[in-house]
Amino acid sequence: MANISLQKLTAHHDDTKTAFGFWVYIMTDCILFAGLFAAYAVLRGNTFGGPAGKDIFSLPFVLAETLILLTSSFTCGLSVLAARAGKKGQVIGWLIVTFLLGASFLAMELTEFSGLIADGNGPQRSGFLSSFFTLVGTHGLHITAGLIWIAVLLFFIAKRGLTPGMQRKLTLFSMFWHFLDIVWIFIFTIVYLYGNI
Amino acid sequence: MATFNSYLSGFILSIALTLAAYFAVTSHSADALWVIFGVAIVQLFVQLVFFLHIGKGADRGWTWLFLSFALLVVFIVVGGSLWIMANLNYNMTSDQMNASMLDQAE
Repeated sequence: MANISLQKLTAHHDDTKTAFGFWVYIMTDCILFAGLFAAYAVLRGNTFGGPAGKDIFSLPFVLAETLILLTSSFTCGLSVLAARAGKKGQVIGWLIVTFLLGASFLAMELTEFSGLIADGNGPQRSGFLSSFFTLVGTHGLHITAGLIWIAVLLFFIAKRGLTPGMQRKLTLFSMFWHFLDIVWIFIFTIVYLYGNI
Repeated sequence: MATFNSYLSGFILSIALTLAAYFAVTSHSADALWVIFGVAIVQLFVQLVFFLHIGKGADRGWTWLFLSFALLVVFIVVGGSLWIMANLNYNMTSDQMNASMLDQAE
């Protein structure tokens, strides 16, 4: 009995350490984005005779993207709650919803990118567009990595059930996904809203 | 700890703040600039508290320390870049700029 509770305690302690280690990773990723935000802030006026932000951004479209990503952050939280309650079916359900919302967000972003490139406003057009594609594209790459992560989680939760290891991985994924939503708030504000003032 | 209410509060607050920033811009409000950046900072903390549950758990002191340090680096990198680039334009006359561009071209 004492042995079991000790094991539980150590396992819990390890989980806290893992979550903290992952938090340190997230903070370094945050600094990576700081560099890209700085480049964008410096280059946003360098349009080289090409379009400026307000000529090419569609605000209602980006608002829809933002709300979709925000909702996926919420459903991701619901899957963590379901995992704590030991409800495997609900975890899988909410993860699928999160995946579909994340995939819709990514599809909308790629639609925006391909539209811009088709109009001749690709990354090579101006310093502004280079920094725009790098900043928003890096966020999109993170979302893609998150989608792969969800797919792997779904596979292993379905196969192995809600083991302590899977619970821990789900918690780390939720931290990653919430972080991407926070980065997007700043892309939405600095790139799209500020660009349209 | 994470509860349904904390996620729901974070979700509703984030939607409200996002819409507030959006309509400040689309209604061409004179204060739109201050509104959108103020709202973004508030939303950062709303999501940190309600979604990431920062300030809870055993390692909260270290978590805050790393967050503060990251925010400081973000501030220095972004603010510093803008400051330097703005001064660079200000401290160079247009003649100097043309001359340095010609130098580079040769």
